[in-house]
Amino acid sequence: MSDRITEKLSILADAAKYDVSCASSGSDRKNHNKGLGNASNGICHAYTEDGRCVSLLKILLTNVCIFNCAYCVSRKSNDIRRAAFTVQEIVDLTINFYRRNYIEGLFLSSGIFKNADYTMERLVQVAKKLRTEHKFNGYIHLKTIPGASEEIIKEAGLYADRLSINVEMPTEKSLALLAPDKNRQDMLKPMQFVQEAIKENEDAKKIFKSTPSFAPAGQSTQMVIGATPETDLEILYLANGFYKKFNMKRVYYSGYVPISNDNRLPAIGTPVPMIRENRLYQADWLMRFYGFKVQEIVNADNPLLDTDIDPKLSWALRNLHLFPVDVNKADYQLIVRVPGIGVQSANKICAARRFANLSVNHLQKIGIAYNKAKYFISTNTVFEKRDWPPGQIKSFILSEGNSKYKPNFSPQLKLF
Amino acid sequence: MKLVLYDGSFAGLLTAVFEIYEYKVGQPDIRKAGTANGSLFGNPHTVETNLDKSKRVFKKLQERVTPWAARQLYNAWLSELKDIENVILRYIQYSLNTKLAVENNYTHADVLMIQQTSRKVHREKHRMEAFVRFQLTRDQLYYCIIQPDYNVLPLISKHFEDRYADQRWLIYDGLRKYGLYYDLEKVEEVQMNFEADLNSLQHLQEVFDEKEELYQQLWKQYFNSVNIGARKNMKLHIQHMPKRYWKYLIEKQ
Repeated sequence: MSDRITEKLSILADAAKYDVSCASSGSDRKNHNKGLGNASNGICHAYTEDGRCVSLLKILLTNVCIFNCAYCVSRKSNDIRRAAFTVQEIVDLTINFYRRNYIEGLFLSSGIFKNADYTMERLVQVAKKLRTEHKFNGYIHLKTIPGASEEIIKEAGLYADRLSINVEMPTEKSLALLAPDKNRQDMLKPMQFVQEAIKENEDAKKIFKSTPSFAPAGQSTQMVIGATPETDLEILYLANGFYKKFNMKRVYYSGYVPISNDNRLPAIGTPVPMIRENRLYQADWLMRFYGFKVQEIVNADNPLLDTDIDPKLSWALRNLHLFPVDVNKADYQLIVRVPGIGVQSANKICAARRFANLSVNHLQKIGIAYNKAKYFISTNTVFEKRDWPPGQIKSFILSEGNSKYKPNFSPQLKLF
Repeated sequence: MKLVLYDGSFAGLLTAVFEIYEYKVGQPDIRKAGTANGSLFGNPHTVETNLDKSKRVFKKLQERVTPWAARQLYNAWLSELKDIENVILRYIQYSLNTKLAVENNYTHADVLMIQQTSRKVHREKHRMEAFVRFQLTRDQLYYCIIQPDYNVLPLISKHFEDRYADQRWLIYDGLRKYGLYYDLEKVEEVQMNFEADLNSLQHLQEVFDEKEELYQQLWKQYFNSVNIGARKNMKLHIQHMPKRYWKYLIEKQ
């Protein structure tokens, strides 16, 4: 019995791991019934050897799937071991892991068996059982199965903190190429439905505070990067659309991990595009927390993010006419755009300068990356590095910095 | 320099601050009683903890800085760093002498020190909320031994009380030799001398619930299964889970 469950867990966790979301924050679920757990913390309980956070028990209900998406390990034509959990097995695992403080909750997804609604119903059953029979108030993230009916999605939102449906590919064309059984409308429609339901729920809560929450941690999505030839411009414009139109909490970019010899895809052994993925996340942060418009980061002239420097530095080097920024006078919005100054440092700078004129020494103590920032700021006394061309500044910064990606940019690489 | 000795409690420290004003102590140097060699400085002033005095200091402080900043002082004190008491004293003196909310003055060495220390303590608190691994005993107690860098038990108490409201649990600080025990109604501080080697596997069969070993194995299995080998990044792994915590992480055994 215990051997069987261990085997299932290894198969169904392995199959779920390519879904990168592991967020467990943003909910407001309290332990209101002296039951088990709460969901408002966003704690990473462990980190795997690839450096990713383990916050949730992330598993598939089953990896049996009637679809044949080329980029997916669980695709129908793949010759792998298949397994399925029972509802009770998942409930027991979740509760027992949670009670030992291993996890923040459950992230449940599934291969599609029989049809979308049938699959989605099983997922909802697990969540319902946890909430109602076990008084479980931990975090639950349910995958919305493309093509599931609105009734069942509605029910899912009553038990889940977050719902997500993966857009999978940055363009419809790529989706048609690699996932012939899926179509984008089956993804966008549920997104829109969930967004409207969340909005409705928020409005209702303003009138009746006791209205039960609907997906209080919102919705997220994911796309695979580097399996198909899209530019960063196409990827980030799509993400921007999701943030604006569907009020998404997060868009995840998943660097394609080669798992197949399919000639539509990068061959096994091709490196995972981790630098590009990292740059996309940095760009995503600039849009969400730094007040950047997507077209400032990528545009027709610059459809690709630089890999050797971060997108904020790229932007600054393209816009040197906006600098130097006087840290003692400039608005927060400008200070936070300086390479080497993050949101926290910008806040501290704006708070501290009411007490004293800030010097370089102060800025370093506050914790800005001065070696990067010094080309873009002035204090009352200092602005040393005037009038250098962008390329010069870039090479200064690259030679002083110690990028973790440096080995990737050795000149020899340019030969290829 | 005048040595001011307090009993090692936060209320004691605030009482010391009160009395430094009350007795106009010049050039005070606050230390925990028993940690300083008094003879060098002549007669020390020994503080007797007084809740009324400490409350008055705290109240005054809260008029000057936000509750969040007042809490930072408490967090910083929990760091148990050498001389942190005198930084706290200077911070309070500075706040009482200044009209603006001083917690924002990151150009001031003491303010910066409190802010940074408080942050370190907070990070350790967060780590303990993450890295506690309960083990279930035969009599249905979930327990865990930790050895945090700072004295964070007082900071994590509420988190665990809110979360694990329907199970009995005990979190024991193996360095500071005290623990938090929740009996389904309330959390209590408990003093005890826990056998540190209770953690070792040889006791597992005797003390633990029959399912405990199974769930530990399943957790290890899960932890290994979710790793993506093609993305291996040990530097990042260790940065997030520093090695000194591995000893109580079941998945790293």
